[in-house]
Amino acid sequence: MHEYSIVEALLRRVESEARLRKALSVGRIRVALGELSGVDPELFSTAYEVFRARTLCEGAEMEIRTVPALWVCRACGLPIAPGGILRCPACASPARLASGDEIVLEQIEMEVA
Amino acid sequence: MCDTCGCGDSDLVPVEVQERILSGNERTARHNREHFEEAGVFAINLMGSPGSGKTAVLEATARARSGLRIGAMSGDLATDNDAERLRRAGIPDAVSITTGSACHLDAELVHKALHHMEWRDLDLLFVENVGNLVCPAVYDLGQAENVVVLSVTEGEDKPIKYPVMFRKADLVLITKTDLLPHLPGMSLEALLDNLARVMPEPRTIVMSTLTGEGLESWIAWLEERHQARAVLTPAHGHHHHHLPG
Repeated sequence: MHEYSIVEALLRRVESEARLRKALSVGRIRVALGELSGVDPELFSTAYEVFRARTLCEGAEMEIRTVPALWVCRACGLPIAPGGILRCPACASPARLASGDEIVLEQIEMEVA
Repeated sequence: MCDTCGCGDSDLVPVEVQERILSGNERTARHNREHFEEAGVFAINLMGSPGSGKTAVLEATARARSGLRIGAMSGDLATDNDAERLRRAGIPDAVSITTGSACHLDAELVHKALHHMEWRDLDLLFVENVGNLVCPAVYDLGQAENVVVLSVTEGEDKPIKYPVMFRKADLVLITKTDLLPHLPGMSLEALLDNLARVMPEPRTIVMSTLTGEGLESWIAWLEERHQARAVLTPAHGHHHHHLPG
């Protein structure tokens, strides 16, 4: 259950951004989680609910944007269907994960004076 | 201030951040990696399920007497057992990282453990992660390569069940092959096919620490990778000269 330690890191990030901008409170945050990031969105939400109490995020809803895995050919860029062999059907080069491993804090809605 | 009417109410403003949540861990991992590279130490993050044979692989590696100087740190929830096994097998520099309830190692734990061992003169440093196919894959430790140990008793579908772990593997050691005659339903071919669906460039070594199968290829892989690193860091030497002043 590494989701708990990632949520702790998230809360630290949000707090330092909020402090930097002298925010009074945080209204909402948006996080991107890739399908192949190794982070389970449901566990992540549960961990967030537990840990946000008595932090700047106490009243902040978290929106999770899940990012599907996108494999493309390393050489020619052709998309490669997930679930299949990770080689380009056209040129046989190995695939590269173009997106889908994100664990990113994208946006914070904060209340500023 | 609310600009529209001057009422003095505060505003909710969206701020774009686009920041990797684990950037703190990534920073420490980079720091570890710099340490390893400047000292010419080839660091391996060894991962796999509990009971897959991670410690047995390290014991066999130590007993192979390759001439490589090997050190290890073992992540363990509660005990010093793994490090103790490694010291008995001939890795004097084996330390435990007791993680408590944590299911994975992170770069900071590795960095702290480095302070408790003589690692600069090693050729290979194994970081034996906590037995787990999920959490350890998320954390960069500063290693040069990820090696995943997968025993044949775990079944051929493990790679597609745990794609995050296997996607990050530079090498998969398929262990306990001496048990294959007792596993009629287990097909190595199907296992390799599944690996090719989660690893763009699957590299595997089929091995048994009991019969010694594959051990030679494994040692050769380690030697080759260590050599390649040593060439990358020409300043590497075991005598460190410091300029006066």
